[in-house]
Amino acid sequence: MNQERPVQGSLRKAPESFLSRDGIRQVVAEAKSGRRDFIRNAFAAAATGAAFHGAMAESNPVPTEGGDPNILNLPEHSKGLGQGVAPDGSYGKPSKYESDVQRRQSPGLTQTTQASVSFAPLQSLFGIVTPSGLHFERHHQGWWDIDPSKHRFMINGMVKSPKVFTLDEIMRLPAVSRFHFIECGANTAVEWGNVAVPTAQYTHGMISCSEFTGVPLITLLEMAGADLKNGKFVLAEGADGSSMTRTIPMSLIKSGEVFVAYGQNGEMLRPEQGYPLRLIVPGVQGVSWVKYLRRIEVGDKPYATKDEAIHYIDLQPDGLERQYTSIQECKSVVTTPSGGQVLLDKGFYNITGLAWSGRGKVKKVDVSVDGGRNWRTARLETPVLSKALTRFNLDWVWDGKPTIVQSRAMDETGFVQPTYKQLRAVRGTRSIYHNNAIQSWLVQENGEVKNVQVA
Amino acid sequence: MFKLRNAFLATALIALLGTAGAQVDAKYPGVGRAATAKEVAAWDIDVRPDFKGLPAGSGTVAKGQDIWESKCAQCHGIFGESGEVFSPLVGGVTPEDIKKGRVANLMNAAYPGRTTFMKVPTLSTIWDYINRAMPWTAPKSLTTDEVYSVVAFLLNLNGIVPDDFTLSDKNIREVQGRMPNRNGMTTQHALWPGNEFGGAAKPDTRNVACMKDCAPEVKLASFLPEFARNAHGNLAEQNRAVGAQHGADTTRPEAKAGTPAPAAAPVAPKPEASSAGKTAMGLLQKNGCTACHGVTNKIVGPGFADVAKKHAGKADYLTGKIKSGGSGVWGDIPMPPQTLSDAEAKTIAAWLASGAGK
Repeated sequence: MNQERPVQGSLRKAPESFLSRDGIRQVVAEAKSGRRDFIRNAFAAAATGAAFHGAMAESNPVPTEGGDPNILNLPEHSKGLGQGVAPDGSYGKPSKYESDVQRRQSPGLTQTTQASVSFAPLQSLFGIVTPSGLHFERHHQGWWDIDPSKHRFMINGMVKSPKVFTLDEIMRLPAVSRFHFIECGANTAVEWGNVAVPTAQYTHGMISCSEFTGVPLITLLEMAGADLKNGKFVLAEGADGSSMTRTIPMSLIKSGEVFVAYGQNGEMLRPEQGYPLRLIVPGVQGVSWVKYLRRIEVGDKPYATKDEAIHYIDLQPDGLERQYTSIQECKSVVTTPSGGQVLLDKGFYNITGLAWSGRGKVKKVDVSVDGGRNWRTARLETPVLSKALTRFNLDWVWDGKPTIVQSRAMDETGFVQPTYKQLRAVRGTRSIYHNNAIQSWLVQENGEVKNVQVA
Repeated sequence: MFKLRNAFLATALIALLGTAGAQVDAKYPGVGRAATAKEVAAWDIDVRPDFKGLPAGSGTVAKGQDIWESKCAQCHGIFGESGEVFSPLVGGVTPEDIKKGRVANLMNAAYPGRTTFMKVPTLSTIWDYINRAMPWTAPKSLTTDEVYSVVAFLLNLNGIVPDDFTLSDKNIREVQGRMPNRNGMTTQHALWPGNEFGGAAKPDTRNVACMKDCAPEVKLASFLPEFARNAHGNLAEQNRAVGAQHGADTTRPEAKAGTPAPAAAPVAPKPEASSAGKTAMGLLQKNGCTACHGVTNKIVGPGFADVAKKHAGKADYLTGKIKSGGSGVWGDIPMPPQTLSDAEAKTIAAWLASGAGK
């Protein structure tokens, strides 16, 4: 371990260069008293402000030969001829060095791949837009790639004249393009009772944000002469095997926010996201964003569909199930540093993460680096949009001591993201859906970051 | 005079409405057309809690059992109790629950799992979902009477109707009155984006944005046990290879404090999946094989990797098995004969026989 290693990119340095002798002795001694105490005590020591003695390491020191071989020896790409433009008919792909940035399934979560989830790699994403190929997936009965020329959209129920539209026709109508997050109601579900998964991908990866393009549903309802007064509810139905159905409130449709989308991030929807047509219900959980949308029915009563009466209901401590829970309340997560990552060194870091609210814009995000005792307000990067992901950043110098990093978002209604303690005090630990508690990441002295929950 | 004025106003109003109506129609001329009654009937299949939309028909518990055993039991178990593929449908409800309309086990945190009939308040939900989405691999293939039968059988398994019961559109409302959790729902919450249910106006948590000296003492309450370190695969391969932080190499034990955590492996592009593997996976998806077989895991049938291990090199045997189906090799649940082409069956069999690689 003490040998000099060739410097390549940002390789880790030998431990001696960034840890104090006292620190090593103290933590090794504590480690002997058992792992649980080790983590707890190591953190407590840091939190009480134990002095830090070590010298700050250089993260990219000059090698003994007097220069970085990556600078001194010109690489092939500086001395040769590069590749030609993409061949006709090609679709660009990420660099081959980005192959670790993938959607992933959580082992053991589901038994089939057709009624399953793949999680977006939040820990590796920048800004607020999720690349379409990394958008999380949730299917209830498998996905399809549907011929758009054969897809039809119908409006019936409490309307003057039931209507059918081809996709050509829908795409002729005045379009809107809006950025919105979509979050599965069960995002972070496995963490209600205790820590269950290691990384931000698995704790929070059932959220994505895209620019969607389509036609406001109210326009289409007006074309059919819908009874907007007595038709208080709308049923949205998919064309796939499960023919997914969900009840949507007419009040939200009347606001103009709900739309039927065909576009996503400049191209058509991906098949996994409902190509060629899906419903966009801003602020509301993903299951209501019906994919392969084939029909809208206007009615005067809610529909109690499978995903409103068996699943997507929230069990409360008194044994009652909350029905028609839909809004994704204000929530945030730090994505760097986050679980499963290793900080390469002490020194400066940009703490970064994502915040969102199903009730409007994010107003403020505070970040704590001491487990929630003290907080600093982070910078919100533009754009800050209603019911869209918002990126926050905060300068941080890590002194090499164990610490717990958290973020806490507030939305424009003044609602503040709750702690686990507050959330469990009201809803217990068995409601599965709508877990928007503050997430804690323990940065250990060895640089490794762990998913933890604080009492 | 008075009458005259009213009559005039009414005429004016009608004229106005007429204009407005015409304007709506005229706004997007040439876009969309009226749906025919036949088209609406083909798609409008939803059944509401008040049974609006329910087609006339009937079915017996006994007929439901026959259908169940041939089309449903593979995934849900003979008695709807299996949690192997999906959450159990049956169990956890008592005669007392049926009387009260509240399922007592929902208050019992120690009760393992929550079955469908413990939760569902509305019988329409069951009827509608089976009708639109079941069986899993052939949705919408049941006749109306078959749906009634399967629903009757499920009600019987849960002790809601007797063995000799016939469920129909005539008596379904009475059965609704016996649903064990019919009074178990509330809309008194702030998570519905409208006032249609008259739910709570204010959210149920009230955190405040305290900035200084907030929590009295920070205590760790929960973290992953050491044995789960690598349960989600090597986290070093789940983070970008460059950046402020790399992924932890979870294939190795955690470094003690004082030594650095294992560094991520050097950047090396992943090999492309072989074309044989890609082709086979495409065919498996296309033919619905993956509904019952996982790549490495058992679902209803064995995982492909297990098949490959057991029948290495036996491409002809496997081709035959894919085409004709069978049972007994991997368990009692039969695999039905598959209707894919000979060429496709051979391609899949060859891939399995050569190890089912990626």
